[in-house]
Amino acid sequence: MVERHLREGVKNLIRNSWMSVASVGAVAITLLILGATLLIAFNAQQMSQYVAGQLQVNVYLKQQITTPEVQQIVGEVQNMPGIRSVQYVSKEQGFKQLEQMIGNQYQQVLGGLSQANTLPDKLIVKAANPQDTVMVAKEIQVVPGVDKVDSGQQVVSRLLAFLAVLRNIGLAFVLGLLVTAMFLISNTIKITIFSRRREIEIMKLVGATDWFIRWPFLTEAMLIGFVGAAIPFTLLTLGYRSVFVRLGGVFPILTFPLLPVSAVATKLFGVMLLIGLFVGIWGGIMSIRKFLKV
Amino acid sequence: MIEMQNVWKDYPNGTSALQGISVHIGKAEFVYVVGPSGAGKSTFIKLMYREENPTKGEIFVNGFNIGRLKSRKIPLLRRSIGVVFQDFKLLPRLTAYENVAFALEVIGAHRQIKRRTIEALNWVGLADRADALPEQLSGGEQQRIAVARALVNNPTVIIADEPTGNLDPDTSWGIMKLFSRINDRGTTVVMATHNKEIVNSLRKRVIAIENGRIVRDVTKGTYDED
Repeated sequence: MVERHLREGVKNLIRNSWMSVASVGAVAITLLILGATLLIAFNAQQMSQYVAGQLQVNVYLKQQITTPEVQQIVGEVQNMPGIRSVQYVSKEQGFKQLEQMIGNQYQQVLGGLSQANTLPDKLIVKAANPQDTVMVAKEIQVVPGVDKVDSGQQVVSRLLAFLAVLRNIGLAFVLGLLVTAMFLISNTIKITIFSRRREIEIMKLVGATDWFIRWPFLTEAMLIGFVGAAIPFTLLTLGYRSVFVRLGGVFPILTFPLLPVSAVATKLFGVMLLIGLFVGIWGGIMSIRKFLKV
Repeated sequence: MIEMQNVWKDYPNGTSALQGISVHIGKAEFVYVVGPSGAGKSTFIKLMYREENPTKGEIFVNGFNIGRLKSRKIPLLRRSIGVVFQDFKLLPRLTAYENVAFALEVIGAHRQIKRRTIEALNWVGLADRADALPEQLSGGEQQRIAVARALVNNPTVIIADEPTGNLDPDTSWGIMKLFSRINDRGTTVVMATHNKEIVNSLRKRVIAIENGRIVRDVTKGTYDED
């Protein structure tokens, strides 16, 4: 029985091939955008978690500060509530880090500056709870001997807000497209139903059950949804893989690790398949209810 | 077998097609339903296989109460009835064999589709045309295929709506012989027809309908009142 419905569904699909292609295309494009949006969303979530774990407060101390004074400040900060760690970076260490970051190319330029190192001494403070970073930064600000405090929080929260906007725009787009795809599918099924109305009439006369008559059309609709999901899934997975490989698995600007391909593929597969089938079934049911009088 | 008690049928457009029909058609009977166009013959026929629902009154066909039949149960009623039409209603893309087998396939029969289909084709004398498409068959042959399709489920009742309406006299007789044989093996036959010659030659029970009422019901009757 299942075999027959599937066979008939495929037959329908091939018979009105142009409408099928259009419907599959609509679903595919919709899910391609949805999938791309999801890829960004998944990685944004990953990023925010990663960055939250990396959040630190850079505390710049005043110039010409003395070692005992530094020790006192370190002690004071360490005794504050909600502090996980305090690390002291002297101006010399800071210079070396800068040297490494900038690289060999500008070594000579730096070489001349090493005598006049104007970098401040620095404390790197981490809050026990990343959410408290800003609060901790504020408390440290008032400690005597502290010149400037930079929590980096603003950059992160701005970035996250930007990504959220991006995601919402994507989802709104997808919602509109889903409705379009649904109507296209239901239209395709409508055409199939009309082209087979004689067959349907005879099926009814000889005593086929309503569901027996409905299944091939529903199968056709589901196939449209399935193929429409499979195409963008394949494209996105392959595309993501090639980006992942090219970047070596790390996002270049914020240097957070990208989600591995397999994890992304699994999530995408589930979501896209479900939505594809749902759109197919819903579009199918719409036209079956409207045009298949059984 | 078929029982109607004071059956009325009004259509939404205001037409009153049947006005108080009561009739009993027993097992293995052969009945002609005659009357002018628009008298209610078609409605009478359509009520029997639940293409239409009665507005009032009770109809029993093969033990099914038509007026109260749940739509889920309609297929079961129709599997106990074979229907033949003036325009054959064959599927043009399917061969003769496939057209007959279709009736078995779509009710979910799995077993012996081939054997039963060939048997039915044999019965109407067209086993040798099994692979022909409807367009390659004459009108009479197409109607035979339609009869084979109606028979293949072994129904207890065959309902025919003007089965010879599109056929020339000679061919019509061939089809009538087929219905006669169907009746001989114990199947009830109800046939709406305009064919005066046939009704008057092959004498059977005649039910005449005019203006939605049965005006005559005669065993071994004629097309017109004597």
